[in-house]
Amino acid sequence: MSNELKTKNFVVEKLPGLAGTVPPPPAENFSIKTLLRQDLGFLPVLVTLLIIVVFFQISTNGIFLDPRNISNLLQQVVSVGIIGIAAVLVLLLGEIDLSLAAVSQTCGAITAVLSVYQEWNGWAAILVGLVAGAAIGLVNGFFIAVLRVPSFIVTLAGSIFYAGILLLVLGRQTTLTVRDPILRDLAPNYMDNLFGWLVPLVGIGLYIAFVLLEQRRRAAIGLKTKTPLRLGIQFSLTVIVPVAVIWLLQSYNGVPIAGLIWVGLVVTFWILLTRTTYGRHLYAVGGNSEAARRAGINTTLMKLSIFALASTLAAFAGIMLLSRSTAAASQIDSTLLLRAIAAAVIGGVSLFGGRGSIWAVVLGALVIGSLENGLTLQDQEQSIKNVIEGVVLILAVTADALARRSSNRR
Amino acid sequence: MSEKVTAKTAGIGVPRLQLKGINKTFGAVRALMNVDFEAYAGEVVGLVGDNGAGKSTLIKVISGVYIPDSGDYFIEGESVHITSPQDANRLGIETVYQDLALCDNLDVVANLWLGREELLMGTLNEVEMERLTLNVLRSLDVKIPSVRVPVAALSGGQRQSIAVAKTILRKPKVVLLDEPTAALGVAQTKQVLQLIRRLREQGLAVVVISHNLHDVFEVVDRAIVMRLGRRSATFDIKSTTPEKVVGAITGAEFGEIPAGTEAEV
Repeated sequence: MSNELKTKNFVVEKLPGLAGTVPPPPAENFSIKTLLRQDLGFLPVLVTLLIIVVFFQISTNGIFLDPRNISNLLQQVVSVGIIGIAAVLVLLLGEIDLSLAAVSQTCGAITAVLSVYQEWNGWAAILVGLVAGAAIGLVNGFFIAVLRVPSFIVTLAGSIFYAGILLLVLGRQTTLTVRDPILRDLAPNYMDNLFGWLVPLVGIGLYIAFVLLEQRRRAAIGLKTKTPLRLGIQFSLTVIVPVAVIWLLQSYNGVPIAGLIWVGLVVTFWILLTRTTYGRHLYAVGGNSEAARRAGINTTLMKLSIFALASTLAAFAGIMLLSRSTAAASQIDSTLLLRAIAAAVIGGVSLFGGRGSIWAVVLGALVIGSLENGLTLQDQEQSIKNVIEGVVLILAVTADALARRSSNRR
Repeated sequence: MSEKVTAKTAGIGVPRLQLKGINKTFGAVRALMNVDFEAYAGEVVGLVGDNGAGKSTLIKVISGVYIPDSGDYFIEGESVHITSPQDANRLGIETVYQDLALCDNLDVVANLWLGREELLMGTLNEVEMERLTLNVLRSLDVKIPSVRVPVAALSGGQRQSIAVAKTILRKPKVVLLDEPTAALGVAQTKQVLQLIRRLREQGLAVVVISHNLHDVFEVVDRAIVMRLGRRSATFDIKSTTPEKVVGAITGAEFGEIPAGTEAEV
């Protein structure tokens, strides 16, 4: 702390003219290029999503955007979306975790077994499931961060190992149905109308207040501020999109609790990644691990904690999945992992580390979920679904590789 | 040995940084033999020499990467014991290596404050960090389009400047620059040389390792020449010529004409 204070004095004493006077705040250049780089970096994915939505809306004669279908869609993407958050964390580090789906289902099964066979309280069973996830993540992280084994191999081996543990835990059962009301009610229920509106709107209000406060602080000391036009667009979007979605959902059964939990997790991790030193250091380690180390960041601890966090999130997704399907399955869903990683990558998170936002997962999961949902509405075969999802994923990864190449060309 | 140091650039007061009788061997190779080194506040010292002359070894001893076999290390006249780069940093010795150690994906502000971020109620104080960043860049006369672009988007000279600014935030006493102009074009080299002058104006002792004699004559006050692990000569740049410095680097000064070897300058 004293070091920082010294720095400030140093800077100020070097610049006597700047310490006292405040020049008028320069307005920021409002160009398409800066917009594309900053707020509208998601534009390509957003356009893709819109095209998919419009296509299915027409080809299913309006069923796709039916409130009931939107509600289903939102609940379908929650597990992929939560594992997707985990995938983003690991990808930002420049690593990969192929065991997320196996960990997810294994921890869900552990929770189910504790609840059904040991007759534990639902919350206690959930807690143990989450702790199991964290422990698995620490084991993964130990091999990757401390022993420096490539994460690809560690988590590939891990996924096979945990699939085995899943079979062991469930014993001879191929599915284990849970009856505990706590576990059954977690995912499929809806918020009542008042809270369905209140919680998101309070969140949006807080966000707008914080942005305005920061703009005022910037203006007060003469830093660049956003133009009113840009702020207007930014705020209208953050109000209009959620309000439209909530309105749609309210005209069916209300806001699904699972959906709200997912968005809540995304917001929490968004704050963690963009507003705390932990998040800043995560991006630094992913961008240039050696530079981060020299800046005094404990890269080993960072990797350990991220893998632990990712596996805990995966475990939570597994518990949500358990709640939604009311049963633990002994068979690993082979597409769960790939869809989660695809959601992150389609949303623009780089496979090479350090680039991408957590919001990528929302867009990516919606793209994947919409494809899956729309193709199901069209009664398409699984073969066709896989082909189309595969094509979308390869396009997204190609776009990432090309973008990376062009940004490296200076 | 030709010691041509004027009173103007050196010898006034106590050196900021002084090394005496440094020896360092790697197995049978004697990389440094009884080397003295000194840098005063407000001067730019050029450390020049051919490949394998011991420049890099000496810089690594100064920055704490290597521990010398014998010799003494003084900062502002006080004997210090440096066993790691962190020790050196703590005592105000900052080194900018050729790889710059920047995170390309982070913006200028994030890079400058990496590992020592300003906080406001537990969260990053972006406004304050941006303000201080602008102040530091202005004090160094560094011009970049925006402090909110990822450093990947900046030119080589700008990146070099950011790496230097990062060390300045730590209020160093001595800044070591390893080949700061090696990978740069003409205009960018000019920027970086200007930056080095600004560091000198701020009263720092600046040590520049360079292969480029043109740059050395542009910006350096005093050149220390290393040859075959020894400090072979010291020149006051204002009263010497490139030929003499090249002579000292290649050993031609002592009459031994290097057969078929060009001095790498």
